[in-house]
Amino acid sequence: MTKALKINKSAEQGVIEFLKALLENGKVKGVFALKKISNDGAVAYSLITKPNELDNAVPFYPLMPVNAGKLLSRFTLKGSSIGPVAAVVKPCELRAFIELVKREQGSLENLFFISSTCGGVYPLKMSVNGTVEKNLTKYWDAVKKGEISADLRSACKGCTEFMPYTADVTFDLIGNNDPDKQCVVFLNTKKGEEFAKGMKGEFLKKELDRKKLDKFKSKREVEKKKLFDEIDAKMNGMDGLIDIFGRCIGCHGCMRVCPICYCKLCEFESPDSEYKPSNYESDLKKRGGVRVPPGTIYYQLGRLTHIGISCVGCGACDDVCPVDIPVSIIFKKVGESVQKMFDYIPGRDVDEDIPLITFEKEEFAEIEE
Amino acid sequence: MRIFLLLRLKKKNLLKLKNRDGNIKKEEEYMPKILAFLCNWCSYAGADLAGTSRLKYPPSILPIRVMCSSRVDPLFVLRAYLGGADGVLVAGCHPGDCHYEKGNYYTRRRFAMFKKIIEDVGLESDRLRLSWISASEGHRYAKVATEFTEKIKKLGKSSAKSEIFL
Repeated sequence: MTKALKINKSAEQGVIEFLKALLENGKVKGVFALKKISNDGAVAYSLITKPNELDNAVPFYPLMPVNAGKLLSRFTLKGSSIGPVAAVVKPCELRAFIELVKREQGSLENLFFISSTCGGVYPLKMSVNGTVEKNLTKYWDAVKKGEISADLRSACKGCTEFMPYTADVTFDLIGNNDPDKQCVVFLNTKKGEEFAKGMKGEFLKKELDRKKLDKFKSKREVEKKKLFDEIDAKMNGMDGLIDIFGRCIGCHGCMRVCPICYCKLCEFESPDSEYKPSNYESDLKKRGGVRVPPGTIYYQLGRLTHIGISCVGCGACDDVCPVDIPVSIIFKKVGESVQKMFDYIPGRDVDEDIPLITFEKEEFAEIEE
Repeated sequence: MRIFLLLRLKKKNLLKLKNRDGNIKKEEEYMPKILAFLCNWCSYAGADLAGTSRLKYPPSILPIRVMCSSRVDPLFVLRAYLGGADGVLVAGCHPGDCHYEKGNYYTRRRFAMFKKIIEDVGLESDRLRLSWISASEGHRYAKVATEFTEKIKKLGKSSAKSEIFL
């Protein structure tokens, strides 16, 4: 049985109270969470050290401006952060961070993870004119009932990994009947229990309600299948790929926001991948024409081969694509199929090796011909 | 005038060569282009042995020597494929025989993953082949080259070859 803490406040206020208490009793030096910038729905991740700065924090806001895993890796890149920091992150962001830690791009030390069962987030574009703000009540209603709210990002609609794997504490949001009055926090780790000591609320022994989560998962499963089937029908051979990726303007935005793409010297940005006049010439001779800018399919499939194995399906790439290529669905679909080969779920466990840097002596004999 | 003569001479020589081979007709037959990444320690030596043993295999293979089969980034293969290679062969030492002890185990995993990705996006994964060829297996190299060429011939030209919008 996991220990749990019942706080007689809404989840949003409960987590702020929890964070404030952590800051005030000195268990953490800083808090990393979403904070409101203005009233029209713009939010940003912030590092906060003053408890009163937490007043307009919105840790469970249904928006993901940047994948927090990428941000956390920024200030833990050279080792642990200076003081203990409590980070409120979504499950996919946590998994992304674990993947980065495996690649030595961050450190778990001194970080205290607060996560939740995640109901998904809205597309970034909706945060511009206050649409998210207007939809908030609808969103929490759907989460309360354990339904998939409308207008979510497609990556979130079909996400079946809405449970955090390695969070120290988990807020139970999905299917929480009384989200305005009370919330339950599950203390998954020793650290979690220790940090929750002395908090206001009622301590219980409780398990996460698997039944209700499974029910929710099956709804997401249906949605996921729909999305995958849709993309599967389109991805048939070279013509299909050109149909999908032909729109790409080569901004490499998907690469820049991808939490797994951490290379500073990206192959696709290097002079090696650059098309020189001589390349154009030889291509023209060979094919009788060339798309400008060239190398779209090479870039997309290449990135797929590089990060597909660790794709957490956070959907950040979809958010930034200016021509609405369903990058995240493609990456998630192909990614999951290769992850399955190695029975690997990215970000599940920090001690689990990335499949491509390890091997077993007897395996994949059928690959060799 | 001198240049003109030279050109004529060249042309003549070329014709002569063709005639001597006596297989002008055969040249019109479709011969695929296969890029082969051969590991320095086993497969490249195996290919060498096939040559010095005067074994016959189709002239479709363009070998590239790499220090280890695990040096082959999937991007190399992808680039070759999109660049118009009809087939790509990656060859290394037999499992357990790697010069660097475990390089080919990594290759195997990576290749399995890459093949799956290519399959998943609907491209022809049959155009990719991974083979273990040791330095003493000249015969095996010739066999692999022949077999793979036949297979690619059956598949025909790669769809990426004439595609403009890549």
